[in-house]
Amino acid sequence: MVEVTDVVCSLCGCVCDDITVEVEDNKVTKVKKGACSVGKSKLMGHNRIKSPAIRVNGELKDCSYDEAIKKAAEILAASRRPLLYGWSSTVCEADKVGVELAEEIGAVIDNTASVCHGPSVLAIQDVGLPSCTLGEVKNRADLIIYWGANPAEAHANHMKRYSYVSKGFWTEEGKKAKKLVIVDVRATKTSKMADVFLQLEQGKDYLVFSALRAILYGHADVVPDEVGGVSKKDLLETVEMMKAAKFGMTFFGMGVTHTGARHNNIVNAIQMTRAAHTHTKFSIMPMRGHYNVAGINQVCTWETGFPFAVDLTRGYAWYNPGELSATDLLIRQECDAALVIASDPGAHFPGESIKHLAKIPVIQIDPFPNPTTEFADVVFPVAVSGVEAEGNVYRMDNIPIRLRKLIDSDYPPDEEILKRILDEVRAIKEKEEK
Amino acid sequence: MAEVLIKNGVVYDPLNGVKGEKKDICIRDGKVVESVKNPKVIDAEGRVVMPGGVDIHSHIAGGKVNSGRLFRPEDGRKGVEAKTKVCRMQSGYSVPNTFATGYRYARMGYTFVMEAAMPPLAARHTHEELVDIPILDNAALPLLDNNWMTMEYVKSGDMDLLAAYMAWMIKATKGFGVKIVNPGGTEMWGWGKNCSLNDSVPTFDVTPAEIIKGLAEANEKFEMPHSIHVHTNMLGHPGNFEITKETYDLVKGIKPEKDRQVMHTTHTQFHSYGGTNWGDFESKADVIADYINQNDHATIDLGSIILGDTTTMTADGPMEYSLYQITGRKWTNHDVELETGSGITPFLYSGKSPVNTIQWAIGQELALLVKDPWKLALTTDHPNAGPFIGYPIIISMLMSKKRRDESAEDMHKVIYDRAEYCSIDREYDLYEIAIITRGMAAKALGLHEHGKGHLGVGADGDVAIYDMSPEERDAGKIQKAFLNTKYTIKGGQIVVKDGEVVATPDGKTYFVTPECDDTLTDEMMVKLKDKFDRYYTVTYNNYAVQDAYVPNPYEIKAPWRS
Ligand code: SF4
Ligand SMILES: [Zn+2]
Repeated sequence: MVEVTDVVCSLCGCVCDDITVEVEDNKVTKVKKGACSVGKSKLMGHNRIKSPAIRVNGELKDCSYDEAIKKAAEILAASRRPLLYGWSSTVCEADKVGVELAEEIGAVIDNTASVCHGPSVLAIQDVGLPSCTLGEVKNRADLIIYWGANPAEAHANHMKRYSYVSKGFWTEEGKKAKKLVIVDVRATKTSKMADVFLQLEQGKDYLVFSALRAILYGHADVVPDEVGGVSKKDLLETVEMMKAAKFGMTFFGMGVTHTGARHNNIVNAIQMTRAAHTHTKFSIMPMRGHYNVAGINQVCTWETGFPFAVDLTRGYAWYNPGELSATDLLIRQECDAALVIASDPGAHFPGESIKHLAKIPVIQIDPFPNPTTEFADVVFPVAVSGVEAEGNVYRMDNIPIRLRKLIDSDYPPDEEILKRILDEVRAIKEKEEK
Repeated sequence: MAEVLIKNGVVYDPLNGVKGEKKDICIRDGKVVESVKNPKVIDAEGRVVMPGGVDIHSHIAGGKVNSGRLFRPEDGRKGVEAKTKVCRMQSGYSVPNTFATGYRYARMGYTFVMEAAMPPLAARHTHEELVDIPILDNAALPLLDNNWMTMEYVKSGDMDLLAAYMAWMIKATKGFGVKIVNPGGTEMWGWGKNCSLNDSVPTFDVTPAEIIKGLAEANEKFEMPHSIHVHTNMLGHPGNFEITKETYDLVKGIKPEKDRQVMHTTHTQFHSYGGTNWGDFESKADVIADYINQNDHATIDLGSIILGDTTTMTADGPMEYSLYQITGRKWTNHDVELETGSGITPFLYSGKSPVNTIQWAIGQELALLVKDPWKLALTTDHPNAGPFIGYPIIISMLMSKKRRDESAEDMHKVIYDRAEYCSIDREYDLYEIAIITRGMAAKALGLHEHGKGHLGVGADGDVAIYDMSPEERDAGKIQKAFLNTKYTIKGGQIVVKDGEVVATPDGKTYFVTPECDDTLTDEMMVKLKDKFDRYYTVTYNNYAVQDAYVPNPYEIKAPWRS
């Protein structure tokens, strides 16, 4: 048995990196400390796709990696409008090969941001993002706001490691000396801990941000007695807390990116941060979901110039979310083949998109079976990044951390499968040119 | 054995004193040699030949560059070019993608670029992008001045321990030297505040002046190839020239460990401002140039303005915030725990604006008023004062009084009374241009000892052949020649021919290993590990940049001073 410390969890955007595990007979046998329960179960491993497979007459039939590579390359090389989607639960090294593959075949490359924090990206492109690393929050913040987010359940270590419950240099006393504000449409496990819980009506976030902004800028007089289900009294109290804070921090989640005014909500959230910044230090950060969704946005941006929904059909990058995000393309029945990696559109896309996806050839690369596997035509099982393969990922605050390899695996890493597909596509194209 | 012979070129190689001589250049296995036997011959046909360009200060890779790209799709669109058989896709103007960055520098004859600001905690990011930039050799300067460890050692006066910390950080980040950006001010920005040179930083109880001095002393405890590299306090504030001068004075008495400056101050244009507000704002380039002329311990780079839209970005968080307050445009900020911060905001330099006009004049005035070109390097602090592809514009301005006069006519009329610009007659020659675009930068970075910036025997086979005769006086033609080389040769391989990229080899990453005594390191480590245990959100064992991030390394050892 060996004990491995400083293990990095490859599940959510918290990317906890202080986990200790025990490894015996090439298996993670125990997670001793550091991980939350979902992180633990990822590290311990669960059911896997067993073998590469190709769908024949409606049934997935096991095959060799070579056969699957050949089939996948044929599909992509023949496709006139391929979509390469996913990328947020794998490492940057794989993402880079993905961009290269997209460029080679003239694909649209999109990532899961387009169905989670895509609206946040649009807002950032509109007004920017005054933010910081999570350690700034840990060491300085005495007011934490979670808006449309439920970290106690979705990012279980977030408050403990980085925010309300953590202790840092100017926050030695931990939560005793901090204030917690929760804004949500329903009571949650997190809201039970709050000093102030603003329960707003569904879809009214924009109004509430506006009211807070108005008060922060000294225009409380224009704010009515109730805004979006929240009383003016509570709003005034919240603003007093914001002004009194030495360092305020807003974390926002999917509850606000995908309701009501969508990306305009986030524009307004950022504008509220700027308004608060006229009184005290204030920052804001999206609660990124998958462990490397920030990373695919980074890689896609430095290589193509744009973070998601990038069309490479013309040989250069064309960015137009709303037209080129995966769900839009699928709803318009535009793509004729798709490669899905490290994600599960089968479970998360709107019905109409899935309907088209099920009709076209789909290549799946994933360690784990999921609803997408049900209709995938070529399936590649791969190593689990962070357990069986290493690589770079970006935490929700865009801090890069290297995942560790803990045990050996017969499954190849994502990067290798993608490279082999790329090589095979190039070979096919070369033959065609001759 | 790959051999290349460049014949009939007129060579400008300032580090070897070669001043426009007709001279053959022989390259074998990527290095300059005395002679070759069976070479591929390149006939330069009397054109201008220089060593590969060396950029001493540019922001090309890492977190803030990429945040700039991400939040400016409108900039990304400006530079799109489709992939070719050789090149990957390109995008961006002021914030080009990684591929475009490599190709565009190479087309200007540059083969080495220093990424000027690497936040240590995000060093992996900087390296991930550097690896993705084709052709260019590169290095990055970690930010070490707003770090709590630095301030604590400066406060306690433990200079040896400060040196041990500096050494460990440069090793851990695979960095090249010590970068200082608004010392103290960025830490204070953690609370939304800022400070000037002699203000005390709360909690840490040190002044920026003490931080700069301390780091200069620590740097000179090793045979570091480069001096401290400083972005002084109060960037962009009217009247800051006094602070800039005072900053130079701080390190005057410190003896450099190698034959070079003790301090390099960067984008000096932004630090040479007179006046008390934007209304009476004026150029103090003459005062700063005088100081540089009279002293030998400090070098500068220009940070010269390129008119038009750009994306400003710096670790100087409070400065970006004030800029955003002036423009009201979008603003991104990213403070980094225990270490540094950054801010980004778009900016338009307009010749119609009196302030921008004076800024524009200052950058060029510095170049024209500093007598010894070995004391300055051409930069635009890319992309802060403008994108690097504007270098040929500046070169043509410095070489042509006529062009400057014509340009002045299109600027705001303040250029005639609040700057010396129009009264300066000096014109640079090609030898001086070669100094400020390669020789000086290589020497100030200590890279001339590692084959960069010159064409002596043993140097890297990095050569730029510009499509112009040495007699060319037409500013337009000069600009054109410096934008796209006839040939750029990198390590003996032709990478650009007739302005087109024809090959894209990987660049190397240069990093320095300061060699510190183990007992000192151990003692320092107790304090550092405590910082990791209590305040950092990344563990000590996950902090240092792993070898995988630097696949093409070039290590320079910096022994402890004997
Ligand atoms: S909080 Fe997220 S990263 Fe941390 S252990 Fe849990 S799932 Fe993993
Ligand atoms: Zn700079």
